Amino acid sequence: MSANLNFVVAYPEIFVLTAACVILLVDLFVSDRQRIVTFLLTMVSLLAAAFITVQYGVAERVITFHGTYVADPMGTVLKLSTYGATALSLLYSREYLQRRGLFKGEYFVLALFAMLGVMVMISAASLLTIYLGVELLSLSLYGLVAFDRDNGIAAESAMKYFVLGAIASGMLLYGMSMIYGVTGTLELSQIANRIPGIGLNSLGLAFGLAFLVVGVAFKFGAVPFHMWVPDVYHGAPTAVTLFVGSAPKIASFALAMRLLVDGLGGAVEQWRPMLVVLAVLSMAIGNVVAIAQTNIKRMLAYSTISHVGFILLGVLAGTVQGYQAAMFYTLTYVLTAVGSFGVILLLSRQGFESDALDDFKGLAKKSPWFASVMAMLIFSTAGVPPFVGFTAKLAVIQAIIGIGYTWLAGVAVFFSVIGAYYYIRVVKLMYFDAPVDNGPIQAGVALRTVLSANGLAVLALGLLPGLLLDLCARVIS
Amino acid sequence: MISLHNVLMLSGVLFSLSVAGIFLNRKNVILLLMCIELMLLAVNFNFVAFSRQLGDLHGQIFVFFILTVAAAESAIGLAILVVLFRQRKSINVEQLDTMKG
Repeated sequence: MSANLNFVVAYPEIFVLTAACVILLVDLFVSDRQRIVTFLLTMVSLLAAAFITVQYGVAERVITFHGTYVADPMGTVLKLSTYGATALSLLYSREYLQRRGLFKGEYFVLALFAMLGVMVMISAASLLTIYLGVELLSLSLYGLVAFDRDNGIAAESAMKYFVLGAIASGMLLYGMSMIYGVTGTLELSQIANRIPGIGLNSLGLAFGLAFLVVGVAFKFGAVPFHMWVPDVYHGAPTAVTLFVGSAPKIASFALAMRLLVDGLGGAVEQWRPMLVVLAVLSMAIGNVVAIAQTNIKRMLAYSTISHVGFILLGVLAGTVQGYQAAMFYTLTYVLTAVGSFGVILLLSRQGFESDALDDFKGLAKKSPWFASVMAMLIFSTAGVPPFVGFTAKLAVIQAIIGIGYTWLAGVAVFFSVIGAYYYIRVVKLMYFDAPVDNGPIQAGVALRTVLSANGLAVLALGLLPGLLLDLCARVIS
Repeated sequence: MISLHNVLMLSGVLFSLSVAGIFLNRKNVILLLMCIELMLLAVNFNFVAFSRQLGDLHGQIFVFFILTVAAAESAIGLAILVVLFRQRKSINVEQLDTMKG
């Protein structure tokens, strides 16, 4: 632990905070017709943040600010992916928001603050920092979900998200207080040092750990703590759903890594069985219930739940290989999910949400190219080679087999096969059914280009996964 | 003399009451917000008790942060409640069921 205040490693957070405040102020002086200025400023800030993160990236772990802040290569990569996910979400949402009169400065400021929350979680070295990151992210997301004030369903889903999110924070905090009680410190590295001395049979430790895992599972959206996911995905405006489904997933992964691995890695034998239960239930309920959905946002919500099961599989392996696989899975999943919601945004227009499965009927006749982009994204989500989803699933399953949990690998494969049914149904609707909706695609050039690139990236990463796999291997060791 | 054990029991009871309140309450969203506050205060009790027991100030500093965040949280909760009430003219928990599946 170094007591000195090393501001240099925290430049990305400091910059994003300043940028968000400046954009909030600038937005006050911009008229509705010039709102694009806010959007462009946000994009420039994201680029600058990426530049600063790379410029001041650290080669090895640095802990500073009296043991509350950690900078490490994993954090750098996760932060860069967070900027990427946020930038993609905002790019995809712009036209959707403009058409619905939601193109307001608050959207971008809240998104930046949510992203700052993700960054704080990624850089957390103490329980306090983790809590503040979680809350900064969650509070911004509640605001974003309720952003469309004239939409009753959005308000209802925001209320549900708020109540369940607050319970999750409460559980997380209760667990933290127990861990603080038994270890006598808030710093994750100190907690890790003191765990062996306390012994794994300590009641307080087991109690605290159980509450922490419940809190993490809530934030991930793992079964049986998934109740908020479908309602939030369904009720929120699609642009917000897209955002909720992207950067916060990276945050959940970071939360699990910091809390369970960095802090409580010594108690892996205690939390592994809990994660096994969560992972199996998530894969089962997520994949089975998704089959019954008629709304594609709700279907993708259940799909998210099943993917969370896979990410947890990687984490529960408790090995470096498992963490690398989980990180690879998270990053590629976010890329794919952003693309899938991007297609919904692409097809939507004034007064038409395009969020029912039937709206995808006959897409191949209307737009063969975007039907194939959607098909690539869907196949990747289902885990069909050569797309990246397959590589990610393979890596996780290898990690699980590596610790001798072959039965768990079998369960994962079994539920993936069940899941393939509802994914492939979307492809069937697009290619073999007659179109129901004949409206033209109104999206502009920027959205079309980026979405195409996103679809191709899923294919390219699937064909050449080595680069990203190596990166994950290099930053987690 | 009040021991650590007593305080932990108290906070445990408060925490359970708040969780039970959230799940049993079917009438009023305001009650949900109150239960959430109670939950965070129960945690504060824990932190203060441990902090005193361990002779370590960090726990009490954590409490300040929790109090501040809880205030922000209720503000956002109430704001969402206002939006909800304008749409529905009701804050009954049982009517929050337009989405199914």
